[in-house]
Amino acid sequence: MSIDKETAAKVAKLARIKVEDEDLPALASEFNAVLGFIEQLGEVDVTGVEPMVSVTPMRLKRREDVVTDGGQQEKVLSNAPDAREGFFAVPKVVE
Amino acid sequence: MMPVSGNELSKMTIAEARDALRGGDVTSAELTEACLSQIEGAGALGAFVHDTPEIAREQARAADERIKAGDAPDMCGIPLGIKDLFCTRGVPSQAASRILEGFKPEYESTVSGKLLEAGAVMLGKLNMDEFAMGSSNETSVYGNAVNPWRREGDEAPLTPGGSSGGSAAAVAADLCLAATGTDTGGSIRQPAAFTGITGIKPTYGRCSRWGIVAFASSLDQAGPMTKDVRDAAIMLEAMCGHDAKDSTSADLAVPDFEAMLTGDIKGKRIGIPKEYHMDGMPAEIEALWAEGRKMLEDAGAEMVDISLPHTKYALPAYYVIAPAEASSNLARYDGVRYGHRARLAQGDGITEMYEKTRAEGFGHEVQRRVMVGTYVLSAGFYDAYYNRARKVRTLIKRDFETVFADGIDAILTPTTPSAAFGLGEMTEADPVAMYLNDVFTVTVNLAGLPGISVPAGLGSKGLPLGLQLIGRPWEEGDLLNTAYALEQAAGFVAKPQKWW
Repeated sequence: MSIDKETAAKVAKLARIKVEDEDLPALASEFNAVLGFIEQLGEVDVTGVEPMVSVTPMRLKRREDVVTDGGQQEKVLSNAPDAREGFFAVPKVVE
Repeated sequence: MMPVSGNELSKMTIAEARDALRGGDVTSAELTEACLSQIEGAGALGAFVHDTPEIAREQARAADERIKAGDAPDMCGIPLGIKDLFCTRGVPSQAASRILEGFKPEYESTVSGKLLEAGAVMLGKLNMDEFAMGSSNETSVYGNAVNPWRREGDEAPLTPGGSSGGSAAAVAADLCLAATGTDTGGSIRQPAAFTGITGIKPTYGRCSRWGIVAFASSLDQAGPMTKDVRDAAIMLEAMCGHDAKDSTSADLAVPDFEAMLTGDIKGKRIGIPKEYHMDGMPAEIEALWAEGRKMLEDAGAEMVDISLPHTKYALPAYYVIAPAEASSNLARYDGVRYGHRARLAQGDGITEMYEKTRAEGFGHEVQRRVMVGTYVLSAGFYDAYYNRARKVRTLIKRDFETVFADGIDAILTPTTPSAAFGLGEMTEADPVAMYLNDVFTVTVNLAGLPGISVPAGLGSKGLPLGLQLIGRPWEEGDLLNTAYALEQAAGFVAKPQKWW
């Protein structure tokens, strides 16, 4: 499996990372180096093996379904690059 | 002998300082000033990236009062460095990334909070690889951290390892008494080995991950980086414990780890895995490993040759699972809620904002891993890569379960396949060459086990080398005791010569 420029561009798009056209061939070749390395996993016989879900077998704790936190609008917004009138502000998303 | 003069104070261990503080021989204020002055003179190491002297002085004053009142926990008054991956209230917490520039959390991570509640003093934040992705601290937005050790007769700057490179450099250079680290594939143990200090990654679930910037959530664990094994026991105990805010945190009692350091390992069965003999491994690493085997044998342990057959597949499995989880965890950096947002051009919409922000904010290695993760999770490849890697992970864990069921108490391996390398030496290599640094440590994360690196000797160029011990799940106390026996036998006391 070899990754070409188009696949690299598609992955960058999915990851929401802007990659300039001229950088795509280098990126594709780095992908291929990493994927070539992980290709080895194909050698392992995994018949009947369950994929690991949790490394330490434990039952997730249940908790009361109640509000435990909140009312911290100012703190929540304090690190936002653009916050206005108590909201996060972003470029227009609806035409 | 107890160091007492001003510029010697930062060389103390946690245990020495604790006893001196309780005995009234030194104050936390004095210890803190000594560390602050060492930090001030150590800019060339690039270890501390956000200094917090005012906070430190205030915490030291409070600690001294608490010690005087007579109810101080072990960590009270101990000056520490905190890895930049931990969110610390009101103090920049950037994960060494441009994308978190200016981020000052409104909350404190559980682990750093526990240390501070115990009275520890925070000197500042420590350098690291960006988002903990790297093995040389060269992917940091702050620039490199530099190893206080140099090769004999050579001034070339060396890596302190990564990702907890700043933590390792700071502890090795006596800028602080100890530091926090985190370990996803070896990021505590490899830098500890490269700088001649001790570092332990506990069992997955021992330390709460809440408030620690997430890299690969099924692998990440925090742990202490210290000057010796006793200090690792003391500080680990203060960091561990159940936290309702982390659903994977274990609700188990935390034992008194220090009390378990007897040094008696008679009758312990310690495994030597044959798969860890790698082609092309330097002779000095093989020799150190053989010496370690002999040391433990002389201390009364029974050394057993064992097999962990899937070892070879640990790194490739890791380089599917860790990027996959990272691509999901790092999706939150979108330029909306915190950190950097790219300047937008006329007409740019929200997608351009995401794409430009993430291209500007993430460094090269982080971008690559996020994209590899995106690829292995994408439709059509999920089963071939991600699910297969998780199955291989099951087999890797089973390898360990099998030897433990056969009565093995701990496993001895080298920590790293080489001594510290030069900064810049690996930049031209393909990414996989850098990944090989974690070949002996990454299995431990995949299996969720505790692992510790103990400095065990100097290599041919005068650089420190570490041995790793891997323990049974939740048996950090027993593991620390075996490490303590190894430490006593190795008698490693070398320190880097000060050049900074």
